Amino acid sequence: MPEPQTATAVLEPVRSGGEPIVNDCTIHVATVNGSGSQSSNNVLMRSIFQMGVPVSGKNMFPSNIAGLPTWFTIRANKDGWIGRKKEVDILVCMNPQTGREDVAALPPGAICIYDAPLSLKSVRNDVIFFEIPFAKLATALSDDSRLRKLLTNMIYVGVIAELMGIERDEILAAINKQFKGKKKAIDPNVAAIDKGIEFARANLPKQNLWRIERMNATAGKIVVDGNAAAAIGAMFGGVTVVTWYPITPSSSLCESLIEYLRHHRVDKDGKATFAVAQAEDELAAVGMVLGAGWAGARSMTATAGPGISLMAEFIGLGYFAELPGVVWDIQRVGPSTGLPTRTAQGDINQVAYLSHGDTQHIVLIPSSVSECFDFAIEALDLAEEFQTPVFVLSDLDLGMNNWMSDPFKYPEKPIRRGKVLTKARLEELKGDWGRYRDIDGDGIPWRTLPGTDHPMASYFTRGSGHDANARYSERPQDYKTLVDRLAKKIETAKLFVPKPVVDSRDGARIGFIAFGTTDYAIEESRHQLRSEHGIETSYLRLRALPLTAELKSFVAAHDRVYVVEQNRDGQMGDIIKLEVGADQQKIRKILHYTGLPCDARTITDAVLQMEATTEHPEPLLLIRADAHAGDAPAAGIPGTASPRVED
Amino acid sequence: MAESTLKIGTTEVPKENRLGLKAAEYQGGRSTLCAGCGHDAISNQIVRAFYEMSVKPEMVAKFSGIGCSSKTPAYFLSRAHGFNAVHGRMPAIATGAILANHHLRGIGVSGDGDTASIGLGQFMHMIRRNIPMIYIVENNGVYGLTKGQFSATADEGSKLKTGVINDLPPMDLCALAVQLGCGFVARGFAGDPKQMVNILKAALAHNGLAFIDAISPCVTFNNHDGSTKSYTYAKEHDELLHQIGFVPSYEQIEVDYEPGQVKEVTMHDGSRIVLKKIEDDYDPSDATNALVRLKKAEIEGQMLTGLVYLQPEKKSFIDLLHLTDEPLNTLPLERTRPPREALDKIMLDLM
Repeated sequence: MPEPQTATAVLEPVRSGGEPIVNDCTIHVATVNGSGSQSSNNVLMRSIFQMGVPVSGKNMFPSNIAGLPTWFTIRANKDGWIGRKKEVDILVCMNPQTGREDVAALPPGAICIYDAPLSLKSVRNDVIFFEIPFAKLATALSDDSRLRKLLTNMIYVGVIAELMGIERDEILAAINKQFKGKKKAIDPNVAAIDKGIEFARANLPKQNLWRIERMNATAGKIVVDGNAAAAIGAMFGGVTVVTWYPITPSSSLCESLIEYLRHHRVDKDGKATFAVAQAEDELAAVGMVLGAGWAGARSMTATAGPGISLMAEFIGLGYFAELPGVVWDIQRVGPSTGLPTRTAQGDINQVAYLSHGDTQHIVLIPSSVSECFDFAIEALDLAEEFQTPVFVLSDLDLGMNNWMSDPFKYPEKPIRRGKVLTKARLEELKGDWGRYRDIDGDGIPWRTLPGTDHPMASYFTRGSGHDANARYSERPQDYKTLVDRLAKKIETAKLFVPKPVVDSRDGARIGFIAFGTTDYAIEESRHQLRSEHGIETSYLRLRALPLTAELKSFVAAHDRVYVVEQNRDGQMGDIIKLEVGADQQKIRKILHYTGLPCDARTITDAVLQMEATTEHPEPLLLIRADAHAGDAPAAGIPGTASPRVED
Repeated sequence: MAESTLKIGTTEVPKENRLGLKAAEYQGGRSTLCAGCGHDAISNQIVRAFYEMSVKPEMVAKFSGIGCSSKTPAYFLSRAHGFNAVHGRMPAIATGAILANHHLRGIGVSGDGDTASIGLGQFMHMIRRNIPMIYIVENNGVYGLTKGQFSATADEGSKLKTGVINDLPPMDLCALAVQLGCGFVARGFAGDPKQMVNILKAALAHNGLAFIDAISPCVTFNNHDGSTKSYTYAKEHDELLHQIGFVPSYEQIEVDYEPGQVKEVTMHDGSRIVLKKIEDDYDPSDATNALVRLKKAEIEGQMLTGLVYLQPEKKSFIDLLHLTDEPLNTLPLERTRPPREALDKIMLDLM
């Protein structure tokens, strides 16, 4: 049924040449938190994915249940660059609070689809506006005002589909998936999609700027968030005790894990092969993990920076008393009243050395959802093998956003349970063993589990005040022997933690070092430097602490090495500087810390700026950060980095 | 002071228990606490209770926090694994360990500083979860290891050796435990070993958290005139709720008392707790009454001992989790790694 025409469409001439940009655009949807736009955005993202176009979706949400502004950014890119891009091509404005600001931030030539009452088209004349009377269109869809509000969001999906050429069938398939085949939910949403399509078809001029066309780059891929990926990994890694305390952005990791465990780890007789405890705080959560690890369970918890702070004392005990356990840190901006729903890589120092005395920890750093899966298993193995707390550093961008990935591979290798003396082994040894003896010379002692049925199995666990046989001791030499052995254990760990992924290019004078989600921006920036400026770069992606031997040789092989990370001080850069010794003069830092994911253009600009002030072929001109603060491109503006060069 | 225990059956301690183990095999290391410390008296009764109940020491896990009391797990049951955790956080360690292996017989020893102040949150939540183990607070009203500061269980008006008067109200851990739904709440006195050993045996028979507030005088910092946790004060103010007897499940003893004089409670494992009335109306299955009686004791300056509250049917956390019968810690990989088809299905759902 045709609607009366109410929209005033203004279509600017298409870009010179008139050819549309195919499968390369960023769609930014601005809504009010709690208005139910999440399912619409997921449907939009999925339908592009189903058309075979590489895509990512990033949710930028407030610390709020309802009422504050929220944004969702979908980036489709035929070449697979799906990290964050700052520039928005198509904006959907549903939020009166931010409409004007959002429009003001658009690059010239962008499209803005907005809710009619917002009257945005007067804001700029270099943006293409499509005004949509959403409320009016929704009237016919339902008598229920709450449902109408939700369906309004689905209408904009229909409008975008029509404008960009997204196939209706794929949208319907995505809706079917989103609402798990429930007809009652599916029907009104399909009606809303059609309402949007019809309206756009009847009232909006055709746009020929950005199009989505079917391609074949996503066949057989999955879409999943990093927290769910970690949960799946942990389950297949044989986790048995899970504890947690809710904190954004980690809660969904344990919530997914609980769901998966209930489905796949309950025996036919209804008995569970796992235990979950929602703890009273993070202190208790990590205490339970370590108690369970001590007693031989594969145990884990997940938290964020403030939770890590609370775990500090127990982690020290875990390190000195040699207790296995896995702690996921889904990093975010801190503190609790900081920006808890924005991403960061700011917990490097905290996690690497957490607690009192001489502590050092094994830290795994996944970059992708498939590494979240793999490292969830690896962390449980390493914790038991090294009898120590193991951290996994993810972040909000990886943990809570949806990512495309190849399906995860079933783990073929058995899990590794480390050095545990069983009753039979104790009998062979005639009970002659000592809990903290370094029998194998790798710093890792043998342990027994409580409940081992042998009169010599027991030992008494306490922090560091013990000798090699776990007897109470305050003797200076016993303490020194212990902490030296613990240092040896970390040395041994260097041979077993995931090695960095190194891409060394012939003739590249400069190298990048990054880790975690910065990877997406780095790879795209390398592409930009190569294709736009003819600069070839090498890249080492760190995947673990302690740092391994590959790092030193990588730095040695390059004239300048840019360490890119998402925190203010360049925490990993400092750890690297300590590691590489004299080569530290080669290290330069590019730092992105706005709470938003790092983007490629920011890195590219920063490298070009710093390279321009470097005399060639001499490797280095020292630039001090403060001397150049004013020169940094768009320093301090949200969404851009403040590149800082340090000596 | 009234008689605190009920004589049931033989009082002779056999040379070997039902496992064929001698009492010596339940001993621990030599205590390093002050001579005469109430804690050592309690450790002795723990040795005795575990020996007489024929608990296999290898299946016991001992836990503690930080403080004088928390040192004691090293002084009993050397053949059991022990864990001296961090201050106030023994419950978390114990909870994790029991989840990992629910066949373990857990015993946690804490102090009034460790539990009533820094560890209050974990204590309360452990009770809420009803983790099946014994939790003893060796309660002396002071921080011993840091040399005699008041703890949160010190009575209002009680005096430190230095003359300092405590002007803050005490925390009654038994009342707190009852309020939080603990299924086994008892108070004993280190100076009354017979009552203590029976409370411990009953606690061993309980499927759930068994909380014991053990008044345990500190001979060095809190045993003087003006202290309400001294041996003298405790003996003078000990108010028995009942005489406690315990009949293990494997003993077929008929308790022969006049009708109405004795209350029997059958425990999860078939053993029986026998309570002979001293206070006419005291019913340990009535939580409201227990709270009223505890408050009355506080107001009247009584040190109320006995089985304050008992509810043996309450489900433990292990029951609520529907844990598989085998301990989680040694489940084979085929039980903890779902099959290939499970991953295929999950991947398909994400496509």
